[in-house]
Amino acid sequence: MNLTIKVNGEDWALDVAPADVLLDVLRERIGVKSPKIGCERGDCGSCTVIMDGRTVRSCLILAVEADGHEITTVEGISYDGMSELQTLFIQNNSFQCGFCAPGIVLSATELLDNNPNPTRHDVQEALAGNLCRCTGYEPIIDAVLAAGEGGSE
Amino acid sequence: MTTDYPFEAKPESGELKTVGTSAVRIDGLDKVSGAAEFVDDMDFGPGLLHAAIVESPHAYARIVSIDTSKAEAAKGVVRIATGKDFPYKFGMYMEDRYIFAQDYVRFVGEQVAGVIARSHREAVQAAKLIEVEYEVLTPLLDPKSAVADGAELIHPDLEDYTHVPWFFPQTDTNIAHLRKIRKGDTEKAFAEADYVLEDTYEVPRYAHCAIEPHVTVSKFDQADRLTVWTASQSPHTQRHLFAEALAPLGLTHKDVRVITPYVGGGFGGKAGVSMEIMGAAMATLVKGRPVKLRWTREQEFYNTYQRQGVVAELKVGVMNDGTITAVEHKLYWDAGAYVEYGANVVNAAGLSATGPYRVPNITNDSLCIYTNLPPGGPYRGFGYSEFHFGLESHMDRIAEAIGMDAVEFRRKNAIVEGDELAYGASMNPSGMLEAIDKTAAAIDWGVEEESDNPNTVIGKGIALFWKAPAMPPNSSSASFLKFNEDGSINISVSGMELGQGYLTVMAQIAGEVLSVPVEKIRVETPDTDRNPYEWQTVASHVTWSSGLAVEKAAIEARGKIFDVIHQVYGYEDDSLYLEDEAVKCRTDESFSKPLRDFVIDGIQTEDGTWRGGPIVASGKFMPEFTNANSDPETGQGGHPNVHYTVGATGVVLEIDKDTGRIWVRKAALAVDAGRAINPDLVNGQITGGLVQGLATVLYEDMRFDENGKLLNPNFTDYKIPTAFDIPDEIIPIIVEVPQPDGPFGARGVGEHTMIGAAPVIANAVYNALGVRIKSMPITQEKVAMAIIEKSET
Repeated sequence: MNLTIKVNGEDWALDVAPADVLLDVLRERIGVKSPKIGCERGDCGSCTVIMDGRTVRSCLILAVEADGHEITTVEGISYDGMSELQTLFIQNNSFQCGFCAPGIVLSATELLDNNPNPTRHDVQEALAGNLCRCTGYEPIIDAVLAAGEGGSE
Repeated sequence: MTTDYPFEAKPESGELKTVGTSAVRIDGLDKVSGAAEFVDDMDFGPGLLHAAIVESPHAYARIVSIDTSKAEAAKGVVRIATGKDFPYKFGMYMEDRYIFAQDYVRFVGEQVAGVIARSHREAVQAAKLIEVEYEVLTPLLDPKSAVADGAELIHPDLEDYTHVPWFFPQTDTNIAHLRKIRKGDTEKAFAEADYVLEDTYEVPRYAHCAIEPHVTVSKFDQADRLTVWTASQSPHTQRHLFAEALAPLGLTHKDVRVITPYVGGGFGGKAGVSMEIMGAAMATLVKGRPVKLRWTREQEFYNTYQRQGVVAELKVGVMNDGTITAVEHKLYWDAGAYVEYGANVVNAAGLSATGPYRVPNITNDSLCIYTNLPPGGPYRGFGYSEFHFGLESHMDRIAEAIGMDAVEFRRKNAIVEGDELAYGASMNPSGMLEAIDKTAAAIDWGVEEESDNPNTVIGKGIALFWKAPAMPPNSSSASFLKFNEDGSINISVSGMELGQGYLTVMAQIAGEVLSVPVEKIRVETPDTDRNPYEWQTVASHVTWSSGLAVEKAAIEARGKIFDVIHQVYGYEDDSLYLEDEAVKCRTDESFSKPLRDFVIDGIQTEDGTWRGGPIVASGKFMPEFTNANSDPETGQGGHPNVHYTVGATGVVLEIDKDTGRIWVRKAALAVDAGRAINPDLVNGQITGGLVQGLATVLYEDMRFDENGKLLNPNFTDYKIPTAFDIPDEIIPIIVEVPQPDGPFGARGVGEHTMIGAAPVIANAVYNALGVRIKSMPITQEKVAMAIIEKSET
């Protein structure tokens, strides 16, 4: 089946199988590796990507469902250097192993895009679908809150 | 006690500039930008093959036959592997496992065969076509029935198994190792005690749940070289075990290369060797082709190491003044079908099962018991989390029974420097009392709090913890260090960056000695061909052990730098020092030679010739005071542990009296890091470990059915904390009583931060409701039932 998709600003036209999931196509066919394979059933959020401005679990989306849509991953938002949020994540030593980081960066980016000054509860809610086993979330939440406070009203 | 810096690492000014600062992680940009590469992210080209594993559906069965004919004919299949291809044993501390099952399967999920195919999908499809006929046997699913008289032997050949000298298998039983401690006269002490409390505590199995599943790519090339890219905590140990297990194929250590990029969480689950051995072995069947084996989330739960369950029978005797006089701790470990690694968890727990207390009379029996459940193994805390649940619950109960404050009781008995340990050696310097006091203060211990909500009650709890690294007595670390033209540095080590911040801490240690900022130091993940030896990244020992190796390399490099300056300018070595990336001289204030001017090209002398050249150095560390030899009947005579790290955990929680729901309002944790090389990263360990520990007591546990099948092998049914499931407030407290032989006084803290979490909740629940729950986890349901039961009596 034909798939036409824009990934991080680049147009791709691919022939995919009906059962191919978006995550595998991104990783194996397009070479975008920041979305990770963690559970393959939508529980962990490691495969989070932004589709047309909203985060989705790329392991739960068939590649053909993304036909005609625009996908953004961490590679895409990092081309022009780190965002303010990413910089705060780095300065705050927010992540440990970093496997969940691409998904969390995207979920938090989506939150701040829609709600520039989130409360702690807002941040927890926005990140509740991204599992992190290392950090206890605190240093991640702190950085997102700091990015919110520093963001434009 | 000395607070001097070892190995002359102290800077000229006396003030540390890099060590002790919360430097930004050197891997931070990699991870936040998406640049960080994990094994599954690496490209191996169109030749990459994929493997899938056929697993036993039975907890205990004899393999009657395996028919692979249909699978061999399936589309895309390149090769099938079974136990017949690899009749080789392997194991970390005891060789009791085969790469693929031979005649018997001993747990649900045990690997029986493997399929190598051109695509992952084809491998999985073909694996379903392999027909295995089993003669199903009755499994032993709990440790107590496995040690009952007449229990069938899960490993009848136990006495023939190769194992480390500090294990004591009990022939003709299911006890793979029995760690005994006998000190003083426990019987007499109990008879003379004013109060004795005896009870049993139960802890189930737990899963590590690193978010990155195990994955390995192996290639056996046409020149008989085996390269394995693997998500591992233990590159050198993996190389060693691959080389040993596959030695019959002609492999030697130089032929095996293990490359370990970033790892997406370990927690012990990626220590030693588990599924990786299958990938390595299967690759030898398809020369020249890389083979990828990646665990699904389900396999991650049922066929990697699990944290072992334990039944703990505990008896403690005290005098009316609160002095503990005797401890008898019998730990019945559900160690699973293979104990090649897990038996050392049992050993470590047995050595230290008194907890962090001064106890003159001790009887510890720690029994490593084979069962037909998945293999137990290392998990953050390494046995200590498990036995602390009962022990620290017990201490609260005793304090209450003799009318003493729980904190005062612990202060009175807390082990301090110079006290004798269970195995006869002496306790290292420790900030235990400071940790207790600061934790108690952080939760306003002694101040009763009332909830504003009539349906809820507030409870407070405290629990102490300790842990020593559990490792062979001669476990070692090594490092290489080299300067670059601009005065920047590359350090090669083989510890793993699991997330704890190891790479950054190594850079801080070297940077401190050499006056080079952390941003100018690169430390990367290892390749066993190029990086020097490290035993494993486990046991919370790499800051200490690998840190010492890096410190020594930096000191060696400094010496070489001074030698060049001496040769050219004549200043005596002992008049020179490093500051702000330059060599300076105490006897000539005008002298300053930037490192970047000469650390590669050397220095030109007056006659036009050059002196010096590239500055390279190495360092190694191996403890030379440890000794695992001891009397099997008493555990006395050795010095198995290098040192203990201690601390205290306190919580304030709120419980709904009707539903049993628990909210952790405040959690404080004090740990004695000796010296926090990077306080921010220590706080990261405190927060992360505490949340992981709280999950084990509040909701996680592995549930098996009556046939030994795991019922909850996914994140829907085995809940781990989300961003919502954290305490309202976490108060990290760093205590710093230096470890005399640590780098700048540091000792490890990584595992310790989860050890106190379970008992502290048990104690706070009791404090709130007056109900004592003696089995983990302390779920909402269990609390609600206990409330009902209490109201009915």
